[in-house]
Amino acid sequence: MVEVERDTAVSKLEVEGLTIRYGETVALKDVSLDVRPNEILGIIGPANSGKTSFLRAINRMDEMTDGMHVSGRIALDGTDVRRWRNVYALRRRIGVVFPLPVGLPLSIFDNVALSPRLRGVHDRASLEEIVERCLTRAALWDEVKDRLHSLGSLLSGGQQQRLTIARALSQEPDLLLLDEFSIAVDPVTTMRIEDILKELREEMTIILVTNLVQQARRLADRTAFFLKGDLVEVGPTEDLFMRRVRDRRTTDYLEGRFG
Amino acid sequence: MSAFGATDLDLSNRRRERAFRGLFGAMTALLILPVILILGMLVWKGHSVFSLEFFLAHPRNGMTEGGILPALVGTLYLVAVALFASVPLGVAAAIYLSEYAPDNLLTRLINLAIINLAGVPSIVHALFGVGAFVLFFDFGTSILAASLTLAVMTLPVVIVATRESLQAVPQAFREASWSLGATRWQTIRRIVLPNSVSGILTGVILEVSRTVGETAPIMFTGATFYVAFLPMSVFDQTMAMSYHLYTITTQVPGVPEALPFAVALTLIAIVLLLNSVSIAFRMVLRGKKKW
Ligand SMILES: Nc1ncnc2c1ncn2[C@@H]1O[C@H](COP(=O)(O)OP(=O)(O)OP(=O)(O)O)[C@@H](O)[C@H]1O
Ligand SMILES: [Mg+2]
Repeated sequence: MVEVERDTAVSKLEVEGLTIRYGETVALKDVSLDVRPNEILGIIGPANSGKTSFLRAINRMDEMTDGMHVSGRIALDGTDVRRWRNVYALRRRIGVVFPLPVGLPLSIFDNVALSPRLRGVHDRASLEEIVERCLTRAALWDEVKDRLHSLGSLLSGGQQQRLTIARALSQEPDLLLLDEFSIAVDPVTTMRIEDILKELREEMTIILVTNLVQQARRLADRTAFFLKGDLVEVGPTEDLFMRRVRDRRTTDYLEGRFG
Repeated sequence: MSAFGATDLDLSNRRRERAFRGLFGAMTALLILPVILILGMLVWKGHSVFSLEFFLAHPRNGMTEGGILPALVGTLYLVAVALFASVPLGVAAAIYLSEYAPDNLLTRLINLAIINLAGVPSIVHALFGVGAFVLFFDFGTSILAASLTLAVMTLPVVIVATRESLQAVPQAFREASWSLGATRWQTIRRIVLPNSVSGILTGVILEVSRTVGETAPIMFTGATFYVAFLPMSVFDQTMAMSYHLYTITTQVPGVPEALPFAVALTLIAIVLLLNSVSIAFRMVLRGKKKW
């Protein structure tokens, strides 16, 4: 097992003995790691290593997934997420960006206003202010400000992905989960989003699952390497890339020997 | 020889392509032919009866003269009450099965049962209707009993059509909504239903068009040979188009030849009208891409 330096006082998220199963399939085995406040934790690893499952366990999406079973402890700000009585309030604190952009079939405005509305914000002025602020932060405002009432689901892939980020920001999350966000996005948009993430780090904690190891290198303060359901290791990103690695499998992956 | 030249294989493929296209085309023509013949015959033999009076008068003279008003009204009444019962129930059940029920053995069994229920012959529904609504609930032979029988018969189809429309909404939309902190109901109301309601409506309209022509489920439960008055309440018996057609063709002597053809044509016209509405609906929707 991996040694984890623990300091509960400064952990945003503590994960202890997390195991995830889908029926007989074990997607994640006994993973323990900490995420610090205002860091970007990168998660890298080949397909089927359990990265998406890990994210889904954090906001308790397992409860919406048939056959997904989670055991172990995940604590957000010291409180076990399973103990949160109001799962909807928990999910509102956690923004999620999916691999394939999901513009909901609502207007651009309503996409971003959905979350505020769900938490009871209804007056037009506040909603307009939130929508403009979030779209601006997601670097999308200038492109869509003249057509806020056209469908968000018909934007281009790169725009939809920024819309998804704006929507996540409208939740005012303190934890942002990104799952291979650049998979369907052109390189220019990817760079713009990466810049946004660097700024967002000031305000929130970010977990960035990525299949581009260079992206982890560019953005992540620390990086975790998942392989076939195991957390092989987690440490400062530079340590991993400067080959101060403890595990051979990490070197193999980073040098492209499997994956 | 250039790489673009046709080989022997290409030529024989092209011949075969032509042969199969011809074969399938001929089959299609063969299918359409009876439809055209039936419609043509109905118009040819029945058109002489059509007049405003045909639609607005009661039958007269042992049903050999007059119009079809009570049957027309009765059919509309029966279908409306049946819809009133089956649509809310069917849509609710479909929402439960598609959006709430866990994917386990029980749910799969229920889904299987519903699909099989859709295949039960209508005469069996008729007998069920007699036993359940006419006798057990003691509604007597009435619009209520007949409509409920029709409702039970159409329920599986409403459920299946609704479930399919709901399932056509990508799962990714639900997941995105849930992860924003929306409940299942909020997600259904804001995302899923608005994008499936048109499909549900299309299914319902098609369903109505089937119900209009049904005879067996209503003939023992609420449809009657002849009543002098239009139905006033759901506990009345009523005439209905399909049953009226059945009686004047087989039970009543001395009906002029053109009359049954005109009744049949009216019945088919209602069905065609409803189907066209449903098709038009779908075409409008297909033009409006939402994702
Ligand atoms: N809904 C599900 N039902 C059953 N098995 C699942 C489900 N989701 C994931 N799995 C299984 O769990 C394992 C881990 O999948 P997961 O999606 O977490 O991997 P990943 O690291 O995100 O892969 P990728 O890089 O391809 O996205 C895989 O073996 C996968 O088949
Ligand atoms: Mg994944």
